[in-house]
Amino acid sequence: MSTKLAKIEKRTAYLLILPSFLLVFSIILFPIFSNIWISFKNVELKDLRIPEPRAKKLVKSIKDNPNQIKVIYKLRNSSLTQEITSVKFKDKYPDNIEPISLNNKCQFKSNLLKCELGNWPKKYRENLEIVFQNTNNQEISKKELKSYKPKLSGKSQNILLTYEFTLNNFKKVIKDKAFIDLLSTTFYYTFFGTIGAIVFGILAAQMVNQKFFGRTFMRSVLLFPYVAPVVALAYTWELLLDPTSGTLNNLLINYQIIDGPINLLGQKYVTLNILGFDFKLRLALTTVIIFEIWRYFPLAFLFILARLQAVPKELYEAADVDGANPIQKFLNITLPQILAVISILFMIRFIWNFNKFEDIFLLTGGASGTRTLPINVYQQGFSIGDIGMGSAVSIVIVVFLLIFMFIYFKLLGKRADEN
Amino acid sequence: MKIKNIFTYCFISSLFLFSLICIWKILVTLQGIELINFNFNKLFIFGIILCLINLLIGKKLNLNIKITILALLFSIFDYFISINLPIWYSFGIFLISLFFFNNIKNYDKNFLSKNHSSQKLFFNFLTLFGITLFSFVILFPFYMMLVTSFKTQALLLLNPLDFSINFAQGLPELFKSYFIVFKDYNFGRYMLTSTIVSLGTVIITLIFAIPAAYAVARLNFFGKNFLSTSILIIYLFPAIVLVIPLYTIFSQLGLRNSIEGLLIVYTATTLPVAIYMLQGYFKSIPKELEEAGIIDGQNWLGIIFKIILPLSLPAISSVALYVFMIAWNEFLFSLMFLDRPNTFTLSRAIQFLNVGAETPRQYLMAGSVVVTLPILIIFVYFEKYLVSGLTAGSVKG
Repeated sequence: MSTKLAKIEKRTAYLLILPSFLLVFSIILFPIFSNIWISFKNVELKDLRIPEPRAKKLVKSIKDNPNQIKVIYKLRNSSLTQEITSVKFKDKYPDNIEPISLNNKCQFKSNLLKCELGNWPKKYRENLEIVFQNTNNQEISKKELKSYKPKLSGKSQNILLTYEFTLNNFKKVIKDKAFIDLLSTTFYYTFFGTIGAIVFGILAAQMVNQKFFGRTFMRSVLLFPYVAPVVALAYTWELLLDPTSGTLNNLLINYQIIDGPINLLGQKYVTLNILGFDFKLRLALTTVIIFEIWRYFPLAFLFILARLQAVPKELYEAADVDGANPIQKFLNITLPQILAVISILFMIRFIWNFNKFEDIFLLTGGASGTRTLPINVYQQGFSIGDIGMGSAVSIVIVVFLLIFMFIYFKLLGKRADEN
Repeated sequence: MKIKNIFTYCFISSLFLFSLICIWKILVTLQGIELINFNFNKLFIFGIILCLINLLIGKKLNLNIKITILALLFSIFDYFISINLPIWYSFGIFLISLFFFNNIKNYDKNFLSKNHSSQKLFFNFLTLFGITLFSFVILFPFYMMLVTSFKTQALLLLNPLDFSINFAQGLPELFKSYFIVFKDYNFGRYMLTSTIVSLGTVIITLIFAIPAAYAVARLNFFGKNFLSTSILIIYLFPAIVLVIPLYTIFSQLGLRNSIEGLLIVYTATTLPVAIYMLQGYFKSIPKELEEAGIIDGQNWLGIIFKIILPLSLPAISSVALYVFMIAWNEFLFSLMFLDRPNTFTLSRAIQFLNVGAETPRQYLMAGSVVVTLPILIIFVYFEKYLVSGLTAGSVKG
């Protein structure tokens, strides 16, 4: 009896999960695996269009002969790169007409014109002309003739489904001189973005954890950058930082802090002189990182605040009795309490910043030294139009991602053991 | 009482006062008023003097009278060193100094002779200053977005620092950019598309996720543990690695430029997090309730509808709001999949406006307000639910 119940339970469970599983499988898992397939192929954006045989139908009356009419089909292969094999043609005609003569490719049977047009090479064009006469002396209606649309079908090789593979994409990715730069930019962006977001998150959480007037309002406000759409925020920042009419530059010039405008999003390097040493700062990248911190510190704030509120008050009271100062209290009580949250946050944010696309894309489009791996996927795949290369870069991302995830789950597991 | 403590007290307090004044001055400048000097030296030294006076008076005077006098002194001093500024500027200075002296009113000789008093002082001010600065830095871009949308191109170019709103020009003139954005740039249609897509995503996601989450939370079946970990792993995969295969598949199936295609992708990408969040909640519902349902002769469907759903309404609202937010804000897929204006979502439309030929910035900002405002209103109104959704789902972002 119990085994039967267990069986029913199992079947119900699979039934309940199946729809979600199918959807997630086809939209997430299958694409991730097909990335591998595509990355070993030489595919370009223009190859993605499936070649179609197309026909345009023209109907012309013949001079001095109202009983006859000429139909012209302008045939062409829509693809500029691929051939179409065994093209078949089909068109319907009204009852009262029949063709005068037909070439050997075509047949006319029970109002249907059928043709076997053979193979069409790329860019192929041909005109098919057929003269019809009426069988019952009624006038042929041009409109009626035009109302039927010819149907064409043909076989073409789908470049995605062939078994031709190449290693060229990966070779290109690795041999690219900019690859090291790409990686270092990505890590620089990811690392500083993550650290910054966490540091500001701790600061904000410390502040909001004290009682003051308007505290709940403050908590909502702090989450605004995270909740609002990235498109709107990125363009607002772009206006804010604009070198000529942007607010920030104009403010700084107004207070005579800088002499001329600084193109914060368009300048790759800026030379800073600190204590007599010149060193180069990647300006646009730094600006993008600041935007990133501004947008994502609320998340760190939310997590850390939740943790801070769970810290027992007795700990601080005991510290007060012992005469600890605020810094000691923070270092010895608060920090150990939130350390676990911080490490988890660091990993999550690291993974996400590593894959961040929208923010950089909208702010700089990857120009002036802000090209990260995700931006490169887009540029390879859609700006240059090399889908295969884009896929290969995606694979590089996935490999890094798997490494990070491995570490993350190790960390999670370790934490679960501790609790 | 240590000299060191007095010194830190004066220095930090005056610096804090000055930084508050600075933020006020920046705000005043942004109202289009010419103000090019912070007067650091004079204000800082006068601030130190006033802090010392505050310390010397201590509690000998009624505290309210004390802070009013000190604040008045400070604002009069500021009034004389700055020229040609409107009266509301000085009033602002007065209020700020009132706030400041109210904060330091309790500091006297006794306080400064205690242990760690300088550190405590420092952290008090740091908190206050941090709150002010954080609010300013966060709210300013939003404020700028809003005000720019009320301006005209000529005014924006004339004085980029003028962020005052001229209410005298009448409402139609003020909201002109919005009329144009909705009329000429078709934002009404985009807004409708965005709403349909977001609500559709929420509904379909819930229909798929609730049964699946229930199964993962409650039923025993082979591969359950594997499934619940893989949900999290799948969730961590970013959109950017899906974009190229999905683009190729969708263009060959003719699903690009269709709302259906977008709905499928959004649902699939939000499903893992929805299941993950819901199953956590379902697990917290006492099993006895379901057992009672089984005894009453309910089948699985009846249990889900009559017992689980009513009990988990808060969690479901969290998930729904979170999914709505993701779908509304989503950009990458709408950029990839939509290139005909009749299928644009709001995010895509704004990007199109920006890339397209020289769109005046007030229209761009009006569009940004149109996309931002609904989500912020929803956030403020349903904050409780959305915050719990954010916390549970913020593995991703």
